[in-house]
Amino acid sequence: MINSFLLIGLPYAAILIFLIGSILRYYYYGYSVTSHSSQFLESNKLFWGSRLFHSGIVVLLTGHLIGFLLPKSIIILTSMPLWLMVIEVSAFAFGIISFIGIVLLIIRRITVKRLHRVTSTMDLVVYFLLFIQVLSGLLVAYFHRWGTSWYATALVPYLKSIFTLTPDISVITTMPLLIKGHAISAFAFLGLIPFTRLMHFLVYPVNYLRRRVQLVIWNRDLRESRASRKMREGIKPRNN
Amino acid sequence: MDIRSQTAMVFHLDKCIGCHTCSIACKNIWTDRKGAEYMWWNNVETKPGTGYPSHWENQQIYKGGWVKHGQRLKLRVAGNPTGMIKLFHNPDMPVMDDYYEPWTYDYDHLFEAPQGSDQPTARTISLVTGEPIDVKGGPNWDDDLSGTPDYARNDINLNNISAEDQESMFQLERMTMHYLPRMCNHCLNPSCVAACPSGAVYKRGEDGVVLISQEKCRGWRLCVTACPYKKSYYNWTSGKSEKCLLCYPRLETGQAPACMHSCVGRIRYLGVLLYDADKIKEYANCPEDELIDRQLDIYLNPFSEEVIREAQKNGIADSTIDAAQKSPVYKFVKEWKIALPLHAEFRTLPSLFYVPPMLPVMGTMTNGVYESTTGNLWGKIEDSRLPVQYLANLFSAGNADKIRNVLKKLMTVRYHRRKVTVDDIDDRMIRDSFAETGLTADIADAIYRLTSLAKYDERFVIAPAHREEAIEMIESTDDRKGNTGFGEKMGTRRVF
Ligand code: HEM
Ligand code: SF4
Ligand code: SF4
Repeated sequence: MINSFLLIGLPYAAILIFLIGSILRYYYYGYSVTSHSSQFLESNKLFWGSRLFHSGIVVLLTGHLIGFLLPKSIIILTSMPLWLMVIEVSAFAFGIISFIGIVLLIIRRITVKRLHRVTSTMDLVVYFLLFIQVLSGLLVAYFHRWGTSWYATALVPYLKSIFTLTPDISVITTMPLLIKGHAISAFAFLGLIPFTRLMHFLVYPVNYLRRRVQLVIWNRDLRESRASRKMREGIKPRNN
Repeated sequence: MDIRSQTAMVFHLDKCIGCHTCSIACKNIWTDRKGAEYMWWNNVETKPGTGYPSHWENQQIYKGGWVKHGQRLKLRVAGNPTGMIKLFHNPDMPVMDDYYEPWTYDYDHLFEAPQGSDQPTARTISLVTGEPIDVKGGPNWDDDLSGTPDYARNDINLNNISAEDQESMFQLERMTMHYLPRMCNHCLNPSCVAACPSGAVYKRGEDGVVLISQEKCRGWRLCVTACPYKKSYYNWTSGKSEKCLLCYPRLETGQAPACMHSCVGRIRYLGVLLYDADKIKEYANCPEDELIDRQLDIYLNPFSEEVIREAQKNGIADSTIDAAQKSPVYKFVKEWKIALPLHAEFRTLPSLFYVPPMLPVMGTMTNGVYESTTGNLWGKIEDSRLPVQYLANLFSAGNADKIRNVLKKLMTVRYHRRKVTVDDIDDRMIRDSFAETGLTADIADAIYRLTSLAKYDERFVIAPAHREEAIEMIESTDDRKGNTGFGEKMGTRRVF
């Protein structure tokens, strides 16, 4: 019972809240979506904290995503001992990096007075969850070695089953507590995204890579207005 | 040709008295808010000095503006793809201590202090942490050359000026300075726009005002780095960047921006310039010694038949063309060529021009006698106390001849007016100065008039925004019937 609640109910609730919540937040409270950068108030400590944490977490998340999307290739790759070793060690290294990062960020938040003024309650929740998440990830990696391999064979089918609406928890329930914990808190984390500053990575500005250098916006189509014989102004361009 | 209209400005530095009224007018309207206390969208600096934020002109530190990169023009650091990686921590962004930590005074204490043997005082308290602080600097800490060893001596524009000349600038009895009011230049090639990853910073097509959409800004802060004038600021409370908006709600209702309207010295002029947008790329990328001339080339003659025809074809309203013809800025910049852009070498093609100050016109000490006469027509310019090269570093990308030309013209106007009013100047001298500067009596009178007598309507020629068709430019009147108001659609308080 508790298993189906935590491993089926919670994931679905989290995914729904994440999807609906972040869309609503983006469209109705888009103004509130920002990185809430605090570099202006403190820069040197942020350099180490933010760079380490972000490089670690972005790589790890991408890794989880690749494992989820391409489990077959990962299984083939990790069946070669050398590759298994390389992937396992680098994943662990990035884990350590982001762990150091998040610890530095937390220390910075606490010790720099100016930052207290820009720290919301939700920020504290985020720090807490991220700390738990990264730490439990590291512990899993340490105590249940070769996760890069068994993740693809054992966990991904469970995740797939969730996403294909045929939840099957037969495998995951047999897994050690630590792994279940890591998965469950990951879902809790997902559900909280719309209510936190974490919205910022959903708006990563990919468009920048292909946009024109300068951005000029006309609020009205001037040519149209000038030529118009109508009582009303010309057609408004759809660029804002 | 792709003709557009730009609201441009001229500041006549000879007339600036350094009173900071402009800054206060701006602060009262726009930046008297939490998170924005430290921002001075308009600020007035004393030159020589390091300015606000400290050393803003030194792009070795702040990495703003454009650089020539072979055939291409490149943002110095911001810009893809390196800028995209630096999002996590931007090493080239100024922090609060480069500006100053805003403070107030603990006034309550004056009333609530318990009885004691000393007078109670109002201590300085930080507007960020709310705790007492020891104020070490402020946005105009170098006003009137105060703290010269820390500020004026470190001015980067002194780099190529000989030690001797520097000494003559700084000898107390000959000390020289001028004021430099600064605000966003609403550039034609704005690096803030080019650097913004979210596409939140944009140039408004109708009048060229550069704005940051608060809705779209995601706080990546690259505009702060990219603007070489450091005129885009990060609001540490709302997590968004903000900048001067040229008081566009005022402009749209035909009023001059608050800083200009309130200017005590009446140094500020605002008007329309028509320009050819097709030329921006080429001209912004020209060799450094051509920058000033090329930038002037980009502005078009609003009286030319062809320009008018092309402008109309591009949808520019007749009222705008009319404003362009009456523009005081066009006269200063193009007709008389006595106003120059600040630091053209940043290559953003700024739309704010400065008439350089006539500081040289003062005597020097020789053998204990204060000597202010000169036999030579331009003597006072050539042996000025302020090295012309210093002004050149500011206003003509290092070309001292350009500054001399302008100063000679300004001098000619003075000679001519002296002749008209007092008539104690030799005719030959007037003739020579007209011949050398290319001015005529009529032009000199016109310059004199616009400089010293012009009333509000002559100083500010604002192109109508045609509000009968749109409210605040963006909202059609039809959509907004029955609504009023301008302002934040959402509060800035953090919800999550
Ligand atoms: C994908 C691209 C991402 C970008 C471009 C990005 C960018 C940023 C930026 C600019 C900040 C503000 C730093 C400052 O104070 O100046 C920030 C803070 C933060 N980001 Fe990210 N981020 C990304 C991904 C993530 C991810 C995946 C997570 C976590 C799952 C994350 C968690 C955080 C946290 C917790 C902070 C607060 C740090 C602090 O102020 O102590 N970010 N991020
Ligand atoms: S002065 Fe700076 S903020 Fe203003 S338009 Fe130019 S680059 Fe942008
Ligand atoms: S209000 Fe005018 S005169 Fe006074 S400091 Fe500002 S620009 Fe100069």
